[in-house]
Order: sequence, then C-alpha cells, then structure tokens
Amino acid sequence: MKRRSFLAGTAAAATAAAAGLPARAQADKIKAGFIYVGPITDMGYNYQHNVGREDAMAHFGDALETVYVENVPEGPDCERILTQLALDGCDIIFATSFGFMDPTINVAAKFPDVKFEHATGFKTADNVAIYNARFYEGRAVIGHLAGKLTKSNQIGYIVPVPIPEVIMGINAAFIAARKANPDVQFKIIWIYDWHNPQKEADAAKALVEQGCDVLMQHTDSNAPITLAEELGIHAFGQAADMSAYGPNACVTSIVDNWGPYYIERIGMMFDGSWATSDQWLGMPEGVIVVPEINANIDPELRAEADAIRDSIINREYHPFTGPLNKQDGTEFVAAGEVADDGTLLNMMFYVEGIDAELPS
Amino acid sequence: MAMIRLERRADPSNFWRYGAPLVAVLATIIAGGIMFALLGKNPVEAIRTIFWTPFTGRNAAYYLSQLPIKAAPLVLIATGLALGFRAGIWNIGAEGQYVIGALSGAAVALALYPMEGRWLFIICIAASLAGGMLWAMIPAVLKVRLGVSEILVSLMLVYVAENILASLAVGAMKNPEGYGFPGSRNLSQYPAVANLDIWSGTGIHWGVIAALLSVLAGQILLSRHILGFQIQVAGLAPRAARFAGVAPGRLVMVCMAASGALAGAAGWFELAGPSGIVSVDFNVGYGFTAIIVAFLGRLHPVGILLAGVLLAVTYVGGDVARSSLGLPAGSIQSFQGMLLFFLLALDVLTAYRIRIGRKARA
Repeated sequence: MKRRSFLAGTAAAATAAAAGLPARAQADKIKAGFIYVGPITDMGYNYQHNVGREDAMAHFGDALETVYVENVPEGPDCERILTQLALDGCDIIFATSFGFMDPTINVAAKFPDVKFEHATGFKTADNVAIYNARFYEGRAVIGHLAGKLTKSNQIGYIVPVPIPEVIMGINAAFIAARKANPDVQFKIIWIYDWHNPQKEADAAKALVEQGCDVLMQHTDSNAPITLAEELGIHAFGQAADMSAYGPNACVTSIVDNWGPYYIERIGMMFDGSWATSDQWLGMPEGVIVVPEINANIDPELRAEADAIRDSIINREYHPFTGPLNKQDGTEFVAAGEVADDGTLLNMMFYVEGIDAELPS
Repeated sequence: MAMIRLERRADPSNFWRYGAPLVAVLATIIAGGIMFALLGKNPVEAIRTIFWTPFTGRNAAYYLSQLPIKAAPLVLIATGLALGFRAGIWNIGAEGQYVIGALSGAAVALALYPMEGRWLFIICIAASLAGGMLWAMIPAVLKVRLGVSEILVSLMLVYVAENILASLAVGAMKNPEGYGFPGSRNLSQYPAVANLDIWSGTGIHWGVIAALLSVLAGQILLSRHILGFQIQVAGLAPRAARFAGVAPGRLVMVCMAASGALAGAAGWFELAGPSGIVSVDFNVGYGFTAIIVAFLGRLHPVGILLAGVLLAVTYVGGDVARSSLGLPAGSIQSFQGMLLFFLLALDVLTAYRIRIGRKARA
C-alpha cells in the first residue's frame, strides 16, 4: 500500500522521469476515484456506474489507476470518503449519486487541483462538473411497449422519490403509453427508497393485486422483474439489462451506459483539456441504451418500438412534443414544439390523464 | 466422559471484568484477520490499515481530526444508555431518539430561518434534548404503566422515526430552493445554528464538548449522587433496591429520559455540523453502535470514552481500508459486530469459570 500511495502521491512527473520520458504538459498516469451510494452488486444503478469504471480501465490500460468505494451513505460520511480519495492522490473523482452534491462541493473547495464530477446534481464549480442521463428517452420506448402489451389497461409503476427526474420518467412513459393505447391508466406507488428489494416486491405485489398486468420501475433492484416472471406478466428492467432475472417477463430494459462519458472525461485529464461542464446525455450519445426487445414479443410491436428508439437516437423525435397539458389542463408545451430542458428539470407535475396525485 | 462445564464464581472476577474488553479486541483482530484473508486481502495489511493509518502516514492530521467527529455521538449516546443498562433498563432505540432529536432541532432552525443570533443554537440544542427525551418516554411510560417490554417498543420506534425522517426530508423540511430534490437546507451553512469546528480543522465541534461533559457528569452521578447509587443497586439487586426505597417506575422514567435526551442532542450536533442536511440517509447507526461502545466501556463513563475512540478508529480506518484495499463495506460492519460478540461471550467468564474434566462430583 505504501508504494501505491507513494506512486500516486508523486504523480505524473516522477513517473515520467522514472520511465525516462520527457516531461510534458499532459499526464501519463491518472488516478480516478469513484464513490457509489449502493453495492456494486445491485445489478442496477451502482452496478452500471462500476461497469463504466471498468470500461474506462479497459480503454486506458495501465495508464489509468482507479479506486472505488461502494455503499457510501449520502450523509456525513460521504465528505470524509471524498476527502480521503483526494488525499490518496486521485486526480479526478466521480461522485455518482445525487445526495453526494454538497459534500462534493465542500471537498472540491478544499482541493482546487483535483477535478470532481457529480452525477445528477445541479451545483458546479471550477473543478466540479456535473453529468446526468436523459432516462426519460428510454421511458418513451418502454411506455409504447407497455401501452400495447397491457390487456387490463392498468400499468403498475414503482417509483423512489418525487423529484423531477422520476416525474419526467412517469410523464414520458405515460405520454407514449396513451399514444399507443388511449384507454391505458397508470397506478403509481412511491417507496421512498432507491434500492430496497423487499419494498419493491411488496409494491409490485400490490400493483398486480390492483389489476396491473405490466410493471415498470424507477427503483434499482430486480425484485419486480423476478415477481413478474413468477406471475407470467411483463415488466421492464431499470438501469441495467435485467433480462437474466426474467427471461420471459423482461420485455427490455433502460440501461445506463456511463462508459463513453467516463472515457471522454478521463481522456481530457490525460491531454489536459478538462474543464467544468454540465452535460445531460441520452440515447443519441449512447449513454442511455434500450437493448434488443424480447423475442417473445410480437415482431410488429418490436418493429414499432425499434422505430421509436431510432427516431430518438437520430433526434427526429422528442418524447415531450406538444401539444401537452399538465394534469390540471393547462398547456405547458404548445403544438409542434418540444419541452426545453429547464421545463424538464423543474417538472413537478403530472401530465394530463394520469389519475393520481403527486405527493408534495 | 471429559466435558466442559461452567461453574458460577463466588464473586465476579475482577480480572475478567476489565480484561474481557482487551481480549475481545484481540479476538476480533484475529477473527477479523481470518475474514479479510477469506476475502482475498492481506490480513496484516488490512488490520494495520484500520488501526494505524488514522495515526500515521502523511494524511494522519486529517484522519485524526475525524476521530472526535465519529467518537462524539457514540460517547454521548453510550453514556446515557449506560445509566439504564446498569439498572437493567434496556433502551435499544437510541437510534430513533437520535433521529427525533435531530429533527426537533432542525424544525426550530428551519422555522426561524434566516433569523440571526447565536442563541438560536442553544434553543435548537434544547429542542433536540426535549425531542429525544419525549421519544424515549413512549417506551418508558408503556413499561411503567402497562409492563410492555421497553426493548421491543424502543426498537420498533426506530423504524417509526426513520419513516418520519423520510417523510420530512421529501416533504415539510424539503429545501424550497432545492429544485424539488429531497433534503433540507444545509444547516451547517446557516451561521446562527451551525455546529462547526471550534478550532478549525481539529474536528472538535460543540458535540465533542458535550460528549466530554456527559462523561464527567456521568462519572459524578455514578460515584457521588444518590441517583447513581440507586441505579447501581437496582441493577445488582432489584429486591434490595426496593427495600432501600428505590421506586422502580421512577428509575425507568429517569434513565430512559436521560438516554433519550443525550441521543437527541447527539442527533442535533451531527445534523447541524458534519451532516448539515435532513436527508433520508441522515442516520448511519450511531444509536446501535453506541450499544457496543457502552458494553465495551464496561458501562463506565471513562471506559465509554476510550471505547468510543476505539470504535471511531475502526470507522475512520475502516473507510481507508475500503478505498485503499477495496474491502467491502459489510466486512467493516462485521468487524465491529464481532467486537460485541466476543465481548459478550467473554463476559461469561466474569461470573463463571470454565471447568474441564470428568463430571464426577456434584
């Protein structure tokens, strides 16, 4: 361990000198740290961030050293773990959960030479960049599938906490489902947790008992998929490809693919071009991926879903294309226009037609 | 047939009373080392990282400043719990009292935001003491009036408190300038109530001072005050205590109130300082770890102080091991849990001696 911290501590110059390379402005060796809010074995959100880290390692080889800490609570301990990574010689640190926001800003102020990247938040600094994914783009594809697949016209939706990201996901899925099937209705259960297999399974059971025959989730565990497989109904994976947990039930998933972003940002560390930025990436950039639809689905429906997916990837279609009304009937996107990012990021309302009340 | 028997000692062994914690720490290091080895890590390096990096190496100054931050809530809570534990009153729900205390302080602070004046901090401390105490009064009253187990009620109320926390973090206490995201305003950035380092960079905030004062107060109470005497007698000999005029109901109320209030204050000091935000993940188990601290410290205030620092080392060093050696988080928690496990097992030796031999004479 001593040698490792020695190497990291003395950073690029010493390594370059030892290797007999000329000193350059660019770095020859970069150490990147990652902190995850949950276990990397969650097969969902945290698993996918770790896959992104592994993609970066495979891409840069020995020039990139990475460290990660999993199960970091979004509370007081986060700041210490971030500080520790900075002290340990990390050149860039990825804080991959919303609740790490204030600790990241605090620690970044103490380490101006270390670069920080915070996922899904809204605070930046000279050495803090933010990044997020347009999860809602995937929702438009699976919303269409769900609308066509339901026979009871009841779609169950398990959600963590009422924040704009989650609400815009519900709305995007609902808009697409209604287009595919005007009689469709959503039943929504909030569990106030991002990864809780027990609560997710309970919510899934309750939704099925209320007549839902298709399940969607914005929570991270595979519990709803497993249940759907047992009951012989359809469900959609979240964050990772969950088809292994429901070979028949899992229609497709919305996969977070962070590798391209991590490779790009770490690459900027190597060539010295890193600068703070605010990026919201989606299906066109390959950060959100909808994998191949289950072969047990009718080929015609698969083709429809593929067409929607391709139109989003080619930027021909925006899931929030007007005319769109809020639940109270007031218009928020005019006919022929698309919702701007500000509207989406502050979305604290349901769209017209959803028969539920948004928790305050 | 050769067999192992436990034989009750005539008098509790003083050697084992004070030796058990040390042997338990050693046993934990050995068993923990085996666990780390099974995880494919170098056990010597893992143990060395956990216990030595906070004190040595080039980042020691930072890690040392983290020790008081981690130890303060543990010591504050454990000192209160020890009073009840000595009297045979089992408050297992300090975690819930910690949460409710923090929320009570936060409620005052957020209601008065952005009012200026350092006296607000005092009001918030008072609110947290009251909040934690009232939450602990629920199991106390149920115990005294209806004979309901305080162990179960206090434990169950932890889950109630966590749900109240979750509901407030995404509801009533949500930051109005937070773009709809869960979590309150950052109270550590609200100067009137912030619990920051008294000397910058030392990690010594007002909660650390409160923890030291609680140790002092606990020591005086147990050695010099009639209440301390009553607590000790009630624990050692409940029948004798009644004859000595101890009202068991009153003792339950007093011990639960004291431990609840201290846990509540610990919650507020944490919220206004290291944590800052009322968030769903605010509580990280100090209320439960404090039970280990109380027993490891022999329910003795000074012992609790030492035990609190030891557990703080395992937290800080454990986090270092997680990032530098890639140890999973669960293994550090298991390591801490082993400490209590071995301690309780070894405590048997205080009251009993082991006899190995034939069961010949009765």
